[in-house]
Amino acid sequence: MAEPVLEIDNLSVRFNLKRGVLRAVDGVSLSIHKGETFGLVGESGSGKTVTARSIMRLIPTPPGEIATGTVRFEGRDIYQMSDREIREIRGRQIAMVFQEPMSALNPVFTVGSQIGDVLRTNMGLSKAEARERTLEMLQLVGIPSPSSRIDSYVHEFSGGMRQRVMLAMALSCDPTFLIADEPTTALDVTIQATILELITSMIERFDMSLLFITHNLGVVAHACDTIGVMYASHLVELGSKEEVFANPQHPYTIGLLRSIPRLDVQEKFLTPIDGSVCDMMNPPQGCKFHPRCGQAMDVCRERVPELKELAPGHLAACHLHDQSSV
Amino acid sequence: MSENLLEVKNLTKHFSLNTDLVSRLAGRTQTLKAVDGISFHIRQGETLGLVGESGCGKSTTGRLITRLVEPTAGEVKLRGEDMLDFSPKRMRQTRKNVQLVFQDPYSSLNPRKTIMQILSRPLEVHNLAKSWHEKRERVLELLNLVGLGSEHIDRYPHEFSGGQRQRVAIARGLSVNPELMIGDEPVSALDVSIQAQILNLFRELQEKFNLTYLFIAHDLSVIRHISDRVAVMYVGKIVESGPVATIFSDPQHPYTKALLAAVPEADPKKPPPRLILKGEVATPIDPPPGCRLQGRCPIATSICGEVSPELVTVDTDHQVACHHL
Repeated sequence: MAEPVLEIDNLSVRFNLKRGVLRAVDGVSLSIHKGETFGLVGESGSGKTVTARSIMRLIPTPPGEIATGTVRFEGRDIYQMSDREIREIRGRQIAMVFQEPMSALNPVFTVGSQIGDVLRTNMGLSKAEARERTLEMLQLVGIPSPSSRIDSYVHEFSGGMRQRVMLAMALSCDPTFLIADEPTTALDVTIQATILELITSMIERFDMSLLFITHNLGVVAHACDTIGVMYASHLVELGSKEEVFANPQHPYTIGLLRSIPRLDVQEKFLTPIDGSVCDMMNPPQGCKFHPRCGQAMDVCRERVPELKELAPGHLAACHLHDQSSV
Repeated sequence: MSENLLEVKNLTKHFSLNTDLVSRLAGRTQTLKAVDGISFHIRQGETLGLVGESGCGKSTTGRLITRLVEPTAGEVKLRGEDMLDFSPKRMRQTRKNVQLVFQDPYSSLNPRKTIMQILSRPLEVHNLAKSWHEKRERVLELLNLVGLGSEHIDRYPHEFSGGQRQRVAIARGLSVNPELMIGDEPVSALDVSIQAQILNLFRELQEKFNLTYLFIAHDLSVIRHISDRVAVMYVGKIVESGPVATIFSDPQHPYTKALLAAVPEADPKKPPPRLILKGEVATPIDPPPGCRLQGRCPIATSICGEVSPELVTVDTDHQVACHHL
């Protein structure tokens, strides 16, 4: 198989706060190949956004700190690069789309000048060239009559249109890798469908790889090839979308899939996961999921399970799959 | 068939915009038709799911029914009596029959009050408990009902997770023994695994106390799960209503069809979300005559731009507002 475009190996990110040390990401390893769409799923506070930001070296230090691990993009270690080298990568090769376009875009500049700025800084275009390219990009992401909207401000756009503007900005420098952090969470379902379709078509058209971060299992089921499930800073399951949905191996993934209400049948009661997410400042020993797990054993309270390959390309971190302890 | 607990007729809320003198003289005043003449009923003991996208007026509807916002016109009949005619005193008494649970349990609970204070306040207001002991007993009972322990009684809201806070908010609604509970997106701020716990709690309480629910949500799978009947709203109007199974298996209105097709189901074998409607949600500010969906609808014709379609009954309890059935 070809070299992965992005390789995260044993990444741990800590935040040294007044109240103590918060381990936001703990020993996460994953790789994404060229043209692959990877969905990173997890509930709030599970560490998925911190994982994504550490790829772009956007973790504020202090209080943040990369405790262990490496992030390699096209074979080069992101954290060994000079500031100048990382700037070459940010925006140019790896672009990012955020959940809240209203706070990610600047309210006091027109969208044309913001996208133009990116193009002039990153690509060295002239003002006129940048404007032309901006119009092209706005057209591409489906903003109606871009020449009349290019001088509008962010607040003059609707939520869906703002997300299109963000996408136009992200794609303007022909990146090879797109990170989308909950890009459709703030949107209504019909608008979400249009943005998902747009992202999917852009990925194909520009032959990009995608890291898609979401809490919505429905969205990853349709937008991604590979799925990683995070729980309390740990990657607990990893596999192809077909495998993970049809044959989930980690009790958390199984519980998550069961707790979603279905559209085709009406059940009287749902099957939730008991309890609530552990306090991340004070996580339990061993597997972080054991207090909520119906199948927890003694070993789960003592040792953190490692990710093990159970079938080709399908990994889970659970002691239930230890041959030795069964 | 059980009787109607709530009957809403032609409920309307128009907000006037730009009402300063200059704008009025210049004729620039506008009307935001948040809720524009909707009618529906809820039977005793059932759950009506009110679904629609942001800005369609579903939350305003919930607030109009409780008179937190005064309607411009219409009737809100609780057991046959129009609440809009009630005197302030009568209304205060009636409020205990209709309770609201809000979306965000972080802003709906006072951070400076303990759970005991939060839950005993409605008892004081409605004279439901006399002594401190009686209040304490009742609050403990309420906590137990919503799955919280007696050790939680003297804690403050910040010591609870989102799901637990929503349990407290539900307990507060429950404290005055209401007949109708209105949930305004009560699970949309919660994570999936917690959401399922709260949905189950709503179900259990309904069975235990024969509660009637108006459940407002934008998430169609939540609506599918919790409702007996569903009403779909689009820009201030109800476009379709009917039994939950009918709405989800045999939707008739183009907007309902589009909404259902756009939901990504958590199963890769299901068809991917599809787009049926073009463009963006219409504005409720001075909307053009005719059907609100006209600019986006794939089957719109000239009549849709002229006449606003009325809700017509197409089957038992199934109503649709569309010229092209």
